[in-house]
Amino acid sequence: MIVAEQKPLSEIKYLISPYKQILVLGCGTCMTVCGAGGEREVSFLSQALQLEQSMNSVSWQGFQEYTVKRQCSNEFLDVISDIVTTIDCILSVGCGAGVQTLARRFPDMPVLPGVNTSLLGMEQQPGIWDECCVACGECRLGDTAGICAYTRCAKGILNGPCAGNKNGKCEVNHDIDCAWVMIYKRLDRLGQLDKMRHYYSMRNFKVTPRQIGLIQKPDLAGESDG
Amino acid sequence: MAKSAFEEKLHSDKFLVTSEIGPPKGVDVSEMIHHIEILKDRVDAINVTDHQSSMMHFPSLGGCLLIKEHGGEPVLQMTGRDRNRLALQADLLLAYSRGIVNVLCLTGDSINSGDHKDAKPVFDLDSVQMLHMIRMLESGKDAGGNQLKGTPCFCSGASVHPEADFLEPQLIKFEKKVAAGAQFFQTQGVFNVTKLREFSEYASQFNVKVLAGIIVLASARMARYMNNNVPGIILPEEIIDEMETAEKGRGLTKGIEIAVRSIKLIKEEKLAHGIHIMAVGNEGVVPDILDQAGSGGVNQ
Repeated sequence: MIVAEQKPLSEIKYLISPYKQILVLGCGTCMTVCGAGGEREVSFLSQALQLEQSMNSVSWQGFQEYTVKRQCSNEFLDVISDIVTTIDCILSVGCGAGVQTLARRFPDMPVLPGVNTSLLGMEQQPGIWDECCVACGECRLGDTAGICAYTRCAKGILNGPCAGNKNGKCEVNHDIDCAWVMIYKRLDRLGQLDKMRHYYSMRNFKVTPRQIGLIQKPDLAGESDG
Repeated sequence: MAKSAFEEKLHSDKFLVTSEIGPPKGVDVSEMIHHIEILKDRVDAINVTDHQSSMMHFPSLGGCLLIKEHGGEPVLQMTGRDRNRLALQADLLLAYSRGIVNVLCLTGDSINSGDHKDAKPVFDLDSVQMLHMIRMLESGKDAGGNQLKGTPCFCSGASVHPEADFLEPQLIKFEKKVAAGAQFFQTQGVFNVTKLREFSEYASQFNVKVLAGIIVLASARMARYMNNNVPGIILPEEIIDEMETAEKGRGLTKGIEIAVRSIKLIKEEKLAHGIHIMAVGNEGVVPDILDQAGSGGVNQ
């Protein structure tokens, strides 16, 4: 799941300072679950800003609140198209993908991020998320016992532990388990330690912004301009 | 191309001695040159650290060039922390062109342990991949599979941690490094003889030379600090206790005593093919250690 944290109120105030009518827009999927930008957080944030408005001299005059099912899908943004004609900016508490989908969908509307999109995480305990995936596009979890070396090793080492781990903990943070010790233990438990002996070659970092689709793109090669 | 002097010694039965110097933070290289002068005729090769502890320093390659200029035999320490595969290859080509062919491939400490904690960690390649990249260069191609104009040849090595808490994964990686063509290993600092004995027996099945890492402690405080903060260092309590027994201002003497004792034991029991002395800023004491241990010297 995508996990985010709300930006400090001072930064949000700075971001919206040039605008008068503001739509605080939540997202009903990941941001709702991680508690950074669902309906509840939209309400809290809106109230906090209105409180600020009542106490200090600020430019903004009105807030509207809305939470769409999913900010990163165009189809779920149609419902706000009427609201958008009545505002000066969108303060999105969706993830970075949500903010950018809004910016593309509403080209004349400033869209501001109300959260810092932090990681792709798994729940360690309620409210605490561990980063576990960097969406690298080259998944090797089948070789590493379901524990991502690239994400969870502080150095992203693919061929085994560095010398820095101590008592099974990472040299970067002694509270975090060394990814490679975890991988080793679990491969051992699964009877698959031979996988650790494989050489994992240099990664393909695919620097170009990536695009994937379930629908086959049309082959444009043979099409004429006319 | 002829092998490096160090590589030729790797193929001999000589008990090898290497040491290392840390370049300065800045452009005043006088102390580094002083250390080179002290060490060059007493050790078989001198490593130059690559931004040791992730702290920005004069480059390893620059230090190696100075060693060559002063008639010594350098080992280029190269980590993947700060350079991607293009930069690493380019540095290797420059190194080779200047006669620097001994390379120690390391993954590198984390950025967090250094003095530029906000920097982007590169880690494009890990140490095993770096060894494979060197093999590719030696085959006449770069890591992208493109033809090189002029083919280099290196004597490559790597590190291993015989005293790691979880040893088996370290050994698996060690074997990957051997398979990737590492010819020599310089170990992390060793203090636990039992563990070194076990590692020595295990490593004897491979056709590589292992140089046991000897860290020269300078005080009990430093020992405790290193134990808690320096990745890859596990000091037994009895070593720290022994350092505590040193009189005030005599910590380094005690550290030298421990280092000499370790070297003698390693030689007597043939626990390694040589030693790699890390004096951590006290490089001036290395000749004294070698004298006391009855060891080392290029011609000994």
